[in-house]
Amino acid sequence: MLAVDVEKRLGDFAVRATFEAADGVTALFGPSGSGKTSIVNMIAGLIRPDRGRIRCGGRIVFDSASRHDEPPHRRRFGYVFQDGRLFPHMTVVRNLDYGRRMRGLARDEGEHERIVNLLDIGGLLERRPGKLSGGERQRVAIGRALLMRPDLLLLDEPLASLDTARKREIFPYLLRLRDETAVPMVYVSHNAGEVRRIATTVVRVEAGRVTGIGGTELLEMNGDAL
Amino acid sequence: MFDLTPDEWTAVRLSLRIAIVATVVALPFGVAVAWLLARKDFWGKALLDGIVHLPLVLPPVVTGYLLLISFGRRGAIGAFLAEQFGIVFSFRWTGAALACGVMGFPLLVRAIRLSIEAIDRKLEDAASTLGANRAFVFLTVTLPLSVPGIIAGMVLCFAKALGEFGATITFVSNIPGETQTISAAIYTYTQIPGADAAAARLVIVAIVISLIALIASEWLARRAGTRLHGG
Repeated sequence: MLAVDVEKRLGDFAVRATFEAADGVTALFGPSGSGKTSIVNMIAGLIRPDRGRIRCGGRIVFDSASRHDEPPHRRRFGYVFQDGRLFPHMTVVRNLDYGRRMRGLARDEGEHERIVNLLDIGGLLERRPGKLSGGERQRVAIGRALLMRPDLLLLDEPLASLDTARKREIFPYLLRLRDETAVPMVYVSHNAGEVRRIATTVVRVEAGRVTGIGGTELLEMNGDAL
Repeated sequence: MFDLTPDEWTAVRLSLRIAIVATVVALPFGVAVAWLLARKDFWGKALLDGIVHLPLVLPPVVTGYLLLISFGRRGAIGAFLAEQFGIVFSFRWTGAALACGVMGFPLLVRAIRLSIEAIDRKLEDAASTLGANRAFVFLTVTLPLSVPGIIAGMVLCFAKALGEFGATITFVSNIPGETQTISAAIYTYTQIPGADAAAARLVIVAIVISLIALIASEWLARRAGTRLHGG
């Protein structure tokens, strides 16, 4: 379980977010510019909150009161970025293997194969990211985050940079991910349709504030206009 | 005309050795300074930037003079290094390499810094979320992606070292076989009546070496480019 209680001032904009996320998929849902990505970056350790506390399971990764701030590389949170961020100088297989190597974990062929099959990226392994389509790149990015064996998976608008056809291509993989892996996920999106299909808990974020926590009924109150 | 005399060969070999040693020894310092300037904010950053660039704007003779009073036998650093480690710079080829390295350093740092600044920091963030600590982020992401800049910087530094004249001659003089590089030898031959042919031969050698370095760097940079971007 993830418990977040953070405050951060970013120029004129302030983010203040308090929520708890059960296992399954917690969607941070809200319009662009509402501070969702900032919240996820604070969870990942890429932005340091001005004040607050972040706990994952029994582990406190950030606590301003005791000045505890675990650096990102020790948090063990997989992060799938909107723009993929594959390493351009490594082949797909080296990208996939990166997290495991950095964490010094033993190679688990079975798990590797399972995730490669789950995401259908077996045919891409020797290619470079520059030679992949947008959808392929995003699938590899998801695989890379999973193969580091994260305690939590953060997905920041993983479909936003893709066209409709590519979105349809990737989305089933995300649903399989939810159903076939035990990793809790935080899924950031402004798209009500996506959130309705994938989320177990919805955290609605507007103008840097959490304005509702609940089930998918929260999506209806604002309609799909968001 | 293209039979170099033994003295001329000595100058060519010495020049190559000095330029290569200067470039190779300067490289790790250059990468470290470039990374600091590109990625870190710290007190005195503007000062460090200024000091690194000083040899580019100072008259080379002034740089040579400053090296002489600091790294010479009676200079504070020179005396310390000679006593503690037996490293002597004054009137040795090592001093010429030091002068060349200092003169080439700003060019080295500049090229590497630009290439580090061009690297998307988001890739470094991604690496850290995947479990890489700062040292590994640098070694596995920043450094490999800055290879084209490192190659460019090394070539510029090498070329500068090969052509260096003012700082070298001021610091370590113009001793045949010890500190007389191609540039110093050409200068010497132009001062001696009847040595025009020797000067001309060394001029041609200098042009050939520079062209080879340039072509080699183009080739290396292209290879690194395709390796990085999977062309």
